[in-house]
Amino acid sequence: MKLELTRVVQGRSRLGVLKGLGRTGQHSLEVPGCLLHTHVGTVPHLTQETLHTLSNLTSVTQVTLSNIAEHQEVLEEFKDGFRKFAGLHDTVLYCSLHDPATPCPTGYTTNKTVSVWGSGGRIELTVAKFMALQKTVQPDWYQSMADGETWQNNTSRKRVRKSVDRTLAHLDECLLVHQKSQELEGVEMFGVVEGGDILEERVRSARETAKRPVAGFCLDGLQMGSMDRALRTQLITAVTKELPEDKPRLLQGVGQPDEVLACVEAGVDLFESFFPFQVTERGCALCFSFDISPDPELAGRAPHAVLGLDEERDTAGETQQNGDFNLEDQTQMTSFEINLKDKRYQDDFRPLVEGCGCYCCKNHQRAYLHHLLVTNELLAGVLLMIHNTAHYHAFFGALREALANDKLDLLKRRVLRESGRQT
Amino acid sequence: ESGLPSLSAASPLTLRIVAECPVTKARACDLILPHCAVSAPVFMPVGTQGTLKGITVDQLEALGCQICLGNTYHLGMRPGPDLIEKANGLHGFMNWKRNLLTDSGGFQMVSLVELSEVTEEGVKFKSPYDGKEILLSPEKSISIQNSLGSDIMMQLDDVVSSTVTGPRVEEAMHRSIRWLDRCIAANKNPDKQNLFAIIQGGLNAELRKACLDEMTQRDVPGFAIGGLSGGEEKNDFWRMVTLSTDHLPRQKPRYLMGVGYAVDLVVCVALGCDMFDCVFPTRTARFGSALVPWGSLQVKHKQYAKDFQPIDPDCQCPTCKRHSRAYLHALFKSDTAAMHHITIHNIAYQLTLMRSVRQSIVEGRFPEFIRTFMKRMFPSPDQYPSWAVDALASVNVTLE
Repeated sequence: MKLELTRVVQGRSRLGVLKGLGRTGQHSLEVPGCLLHTHVGTVPHLTQETLHTLSNLTSVTQVTLSNIAEHQEVLEEFKDGFRKFAGLHDTVLYCSLHDPATPCPTGYTTNKTVSVWGSGGRIELTVAKFMALQKTVQPDWYQSMADGETWQNNTSRKRVRKSVDRTLAHLDECLLVHQKSQELEGVEMFGVVEGGDILEERVRSARETAKRPVAGFCLDGLQMGSMDRALRTQLITAVTKELPEDKPRLLQGVGQPDEVLACVEAGVDLFESFFPFQVTERGCALCFSFDISPDPELAGRAPHAVLGLDEERDTAGETQQNGDFNLEDQTQMTSFEINLKDKRYQDDFRPLVEGCGCYCCKNHQRAYLHHLLVTNELLAGVLLMIHNTAHYHAFFGALREALANDKLDLLKRRVLRESGRQT
Repeated sequence: ESGLPSLSAASPLTLRIVAECPVTKARACDLILPHCAVSAPVFMPVGTQGTLKGITVDQLEALGCQICLGNTYHLGMRPGPDLIEKANGLHGFMNWKRNLLTDSGGFQMVSLVELSEVTEEGVKFKSPYDGKEILLSPEKSISIQNSLGSDIMMQLDDVVSSTVTGPRVEEAMHRSIRWLDRCIAANKNPDKQNLFAIIQGGLNAELRKACLDEMTQRDVPGFAIGGLSGGEEKNDFWRMVTLSTDHLPRQKPRYLMGVGYAVDLVVCVALGCDMFDCVFPTRTARFGSALVPWGSLQVKHKQYAKDFQPIDPDCQCPTCKRHSRAYLHALFKSDTAAMHHITIHNIAYQLTLMRSVRQSIVEGRFPEFIRTFMKRMFPSPDQYPSWAVDALASVNVTLE
């Protein structure tokens, strides 16, 4: 893979294209961008037909070892790799360790192992098993094995240091196996930067990882816990400073629009797209505006009159407080969405988002979605997943456009106004 | 080819008999309904609450479905007829452009709800959502169905389980006739919505015949055969079906309610039925059971974990064209989409079966089709269900 940057704004935010993806190198991914979050290769709730009602889907499908590890024997017998097993055609396959939408129990990591949780329980991975899995999955690209269990409150400095040391050791071992494997020829590996909330450890991890021959970097351990957002941004900025400019940076476990913007400004290129899935699971629809196109008719009018979406701001949902980001809050509604179970949508015959071109908005109304949710119908998940995925992808499109036209500040204000938060 | 419209001036239903089997009582028909033509024999998938569990209307259309069911009881409760009317009927609400059939709510009244009382007025019951007492009368049922705007509405019948015997069965049969007349009178949209009568009478030949004699005197565009497929003996079941079709007019469609197992469908087409509905194919899909010409396949079972074939190598549905049993087996552990894949397959199976049945009738080889079908479905002739053998023999088809 080759990262071609077209712009770097204020020395930090990058705009460009990641080219040469996939075994034949014919795929590319625009940056900043997101990957497609899946459960064993399936976007939650969607079959290929419903998925392909979406245009401009990201070219990279993410699968996680937490979903796949339990199927190792099956894949070994299948022999032809996970992509074929899942009926995925024409997509780039990226394999990560954990599912960003499902936090896993802690306390099981050792010096030589990390654990993932499948449907049948815990599966312990040594580097050998981890690499054996990669050989049967045959992804186009994967992250190396890492210990990222530092997101809990008050993780000790000693523990943080251990996570950096272990992750580097795992990386070196993975690289050794990778370089010797014929099955992994042409497959790219990302190193993982750890370091908890300790600046020195973050910098150390970044510097050391950057010395290894990796194709790019995952930034890990920043997803949960009570880390102050300003601190997170500071850490990411410090990390990306240490990383080579010509290699992509993938931030794990962060997906809310305002956080995406802040992290792009801190030098991140890629994100996982589990956030639309979380929104779907709570029966909500993304509706935040990222429209910054100038409209002469609207100039000079008060912002809330412009799009009328502020009326939709659900007073029932709690906005997250700055710096308060613990596990429970992950499933709480954000201000970027509307709660379709709310009675007010019972006879609302508008689409989820006016002007959204997705299958759900073109064919169905809020009242119908409300009905599906109230009656616990499976179709609700299907339609919401389609819309939320489309909306999220469109947001990234708007982000890239804003970067191209020097309008990032305008976009930030638009998005953050929705969340009632200051930059 | 006979295409006589029914007696009313502006008929929202026209039946064209395309072919009749010279051996059995089977027919292949075109049922012209307001939203589109329906090829019969037809299996109608059930979309109870205004949705076919997990399947979009586009997917349903792509499978070739021309008519599906909505449920008056459920939709009458949530979201209610007023809202659906505001949404341009059930078609508008769920955005289904083809035909809809709604049942009356009668069956749910009996099978689902704490039954307070059945009187001449209607069925009184307690709403499961707010505990309020509700009366479902023939007038109320038709009113809801008028709001739903379905192409075919069912009369409210006095539903009695087919395992019940005695005077209650006779009472219910007579009441159903009186309720039919009330339903006909209550229909606000006879030029857009077809009201079907439902023949009752339980497993009693005399009662059924009496019901047939009376109901066929009413000017309705179609007849359903009700009160069966409720756990009765199959030997009694088929006899009542064939008695009913013997006395129903040739020129009107015959709808056998609640029948959907493949063998039942094939046999009952031979006995002269045109339309069928059943929740079984879609419900069983959600448990991982895939329907195939040789029975069914429990995808969630361990034996399929490493089976890299599709569910049915001959099936052309989107699921079988892309996915293996092994992948679906794995997917069932991770995501609801697994259910959707099987649902799609099962609907495709049912619709393909009916398409093949129809084609064989049109081509004059239905008896041969039946024999091939049974051979595929059962490992050996001594496993053929005896009721099916008898039923088919009654219409001149001898199996091995």
